[in-house]
Amino acid sequence: MSTEDFAGFSDQAIMFAGIVFVLAMLAHLAEWASSIARPAQSVARATVAAGGGTSVDEPASAGEVSGDDAQRRALRIETAGRIGIALTVVATALLLAGLVARSFASEPARVPWGNMYEFTLTGALGVAVIYLSLLSRLKLRWMGLFVTGFLVVVLMLANLTLEQAAGPLVPALHSYWLVVHVGAAILATGAFAVGALASVVFLIKERLQRSGSSRASGVLEMLPAADALDRLAYRLHAVGFPLWTFAALIAGPIWAEYAWGSYWNWDPKEVWAFITWVVYAAYLHARATAGWKGRAAAILALIGFATLLFNFVGINFFFGGGSMHSYA
Amino acid sequence: MSAPTTERPATPAPPSPGLSPTELMRWSWRQLTSMRTALLLLLLLALASVPGSVIPQSNIAAGDVSRWKEDHPTLAPVYERLGLFSVYDSPWFSAIYLLLMVSLVGCIIPRTLVYARALRTPPPPAPRNLVRLPSYVAVESDEAPEVLLERARTVLKRRRYKVVNGSGAISAERGYLREAGNLLFHISVIVVLLGFAYGQLFGYKGGAIVMVGNGFSNSLTQYDDFAPGSFFDPADLPPVSLTVDDFQAEFLEEGPQRGQPVDFGADVTYTEAPGEPSKPFRLEVNKPLILDGVSVFLVGHGYAPVVTVEDGNGDIAYSGPVVFLPQDSSFASFGVLKVPDAQPEQLGFDGMFFPTYSFSMDRGPFSVFPDALNPAMSLLAYSGDLGMDDGAPQSVFELDTDRMEKLEKPDGSDFRLDMSPGRTVELPDGLGKVTFDGWQRWVKVQVSDSPGKGVALAGVVLALVGLMGSLFIRRRRAWVRVTSRSGRSYVEVGGLDRSTVAEGLDDEVRSLARAVVPGATLDTGDGTGTASADAEVDGSVSER
Ligand code: HEM
Repeated sequence: MSTEDFAGFSDQAIMFAGIVFVLAMLAHLAEWASSIARPAQSVARATVAAGGGTSVDEPASAGEVSGDDAQRRALRIETAGRIGIALTVVATALLLAGLVARSFASEPARVPWGNMYEFTLTGALGVAVIYLSLLSRLKLRWMGLFVTGFLVVVLMLANLTLEQAAGPLVPALHSYWLVVHVGAAILATGAFAVGALASVVFLIKERLQRSGSSRASGVLEMLPAADALDRLAYRLHAVGFPLWTFAALIAGPIWAEYAWGSYWNWDPKEVWAFITWVVYAAYLHARATAGWKGRAAAILALIGFATLLFNFVGINFFFGGGSMHSYA
Repeated sequence: MSAPTTERPATPAPPSPGLSPTELMRWSWRQLTSMRTALLLLLLLALASVPGSVIPQSNIAAGDVSRWKEDHPTLAPVYERLGLFSVYDSPWFSAIYLLLMVSLVGCIIPRTLVYARALRTPPPPAPRNLVRLPSYVAVESDEAPEVLLERARTVLKRRRYKVVNGSGAISAERGYLREAGNLLFHISVIVVLLGFAYGQLFGYKGGAIVMVGNGFSNSLTQYDDFAPGSFFDPADLPPVSLTVDDFQAEFLEEGPQRGQPVDFGADVTYTEAPGEPSKPFRLEVNKPLILDGVSVFLVGHGYAPVVTVEDGNGDIAYSGPVVFLPQDSSFASFGVLKVPDAQPEQLGFDGMFFPTYSFSMDRGPFSVFPDALNPAMSLLAYSGDLGMDDGAPQSVFELDTDRMEKLEKPDGSDFRLDMSPGRTVELPDGLGKVTFDGWQRWVKVQVSDSPGKGVALAGVVLALVGLMGSLFIRRRRAWVRVTSRSGRSYVEVGGLDRSTVAEGLDDEVRSLARAVVPGATLDTGDGTGTASADAEVDGSVSER
């Protein structure tokens, strides 16, 4: 295959990945729609119990509540959810294939993160990979709709505003450490993104719980309870933090040492990576500090994610040539 | 740094009025080393880092700083006083991280002592009522209590629990390394900072532009810019010298990213000290030349048009390459030529060099490609006093035209020298003539040394190891009690998780019970009626 073939294949694979993510989102939407139609109490059990994706027989126990009808509905929810996940797996594989093909769309082959477009796609891949790989361990299926929705939006934005044809990397980006550095950063971003989602939902649920509002029934009732969300958010951040430490404070400086001759330059991108790190360190501390637990900690986590996003997009827009990292 | 349950209060009680000075001191110290203070200091550090990413910093982009100061004449002095042009070594920034360090040390020392004591303390005896524990399972067995207890001991030991015998029960604890990881992490943070600070104080970093074909020797006079650490002694510069023999740059010649650099590199020959044999080296981006106490990096390249200036008397007043600095990715470059030796009047030129010249009505002259395919130069000429005689240092990239006059055509418009290589232009008023002989390339090398980087690297790696231990090791206690009830043995297993996030405890307790009483059938937790949705999400279905 020539580089043009690879480029063409890559564009198509990425387009199809977008379409399949949309289908996955629709499947999760159907899952939710069926769930909402049911009495709240049993819904919660069915969705959550099925969350692991391993227990087929569990929804049946919820079926006792309202008999046959409920059982059939539970089955429908389960099926829709599973289809959603299967489609997410397919779309993620397509996205991966598209990005790999993009690496071969230039001579010599290279990592697919030379500009903002590729960067955003790789970031989306990171979110999808983290979500799928922690799906059964952390029982994340309730997130399916959010994650696929988020990915659809990101892919759309990337294609509409950032699209760039494939080409080789600028020389400063020729380095194995770049692969390691960006790879770890992308995975960390994925974990932090999914963690931020858990924190947002936690804040909403916690608020409703505190106000004792009766609106807590319905959609929100289908989500895990506040304290479970809080622990889930912590676990996701606990995965993200070491990855980020490695990406931003080990691999990044090593690469910078080779490329620019000093491992820490207080470049805006480095400064913001450091800020992100410090804010997440503060989050981990907050969780262990009385009075900061829960709400305050979740807000800190979201601030952390905001700094991460700002570093991802903001730096390139606001600082332009001022940053040595503004190759994008 | 133990589990929150055993931690001392996050905030010490405020001092009651009428404290003695020592009490006040002790109160302040406790305040400073509290978890809440650490948290606030961390947030403050993040906040304090922000301005440095927005305002140009003098040790990173000195040029941007002076431009910024010119653009903001009223704000500049205020910013200057606040240290906003060198945030990362300003007193207030240092204050924050020094306080954090003190707090950190104040945190580590007592906790290390607590930990050392905890290591020597055996797991506490089994509580009377194991059922009250967060996780609990009971099974019956036909085996003798001693057999069961002995098996429990082996099983727990195999699972790396520290085991202590009680009467009819055993206590076990594991996950001591969690706290060790936490301590290692926090200590490593200090190590990293020490390594970093050492490099900042004793290292140096300098840049030099070297014409291809010329040499560079590592002494202060050869640098265009030089940033030493506070304690660096220029006499310590290693006597390395190198010659740039050749340089190649390759650019994409077609496609949408036409003009993007593909690769560039320089062939150099270096000697580590005078008299040593010289060795060849290929210097590329990401491939520095690393020697003892000095590393040489290729950080940029550009063009130097070669120009000969004949003055009004017909003497050669200047001949040689002039360094032009690239202004954009197509390498349109700006440069200045000062000819102080020209007679009867000094001459000065500034203008642009275009490696691949093109022209359009709306853009004027520009460069379409970074390689020198169709080089051209466009200069403005000045005559008068260059202002170089008063001894004040001048930048070679700026022309001080205060006491000079721009040369004009007879119609009053600027006299512009638009030249391609080989061309000669005669200056008006018999001031001389200028020949554009050709062009050369230069490379910019950065020479630096950051001692202590090994320490900093070891520090972060250890920090990462400690962090993983601290985040992922579970600290758990387990108790097994065997009692005889009407001829059968009644085995109770209880568990307690001491980590921030407890999960998988029930699985552990159940699998312990299964290991102690082989073949025991345990309820898997379904249909107990107590399993709430939340508990299932967390994976911890409790069994009572
Ligand atoms: C440079 C400053 C600091 C950084 C970057 C930092 C970072 C961290 C991180 C990432 C954790 C999470 C590990 C875990 O959850 O086990 C942590 C935990 C902890 N830190 Fe720090 N820390 C700093 C300063 C301090 C100070 C000054 C104190 C003392 C007041 C402190 C006390 C603790 C404690 C007690 C924990 C354990 C919390 C728990 O049990 O979950 N840290 N720190």
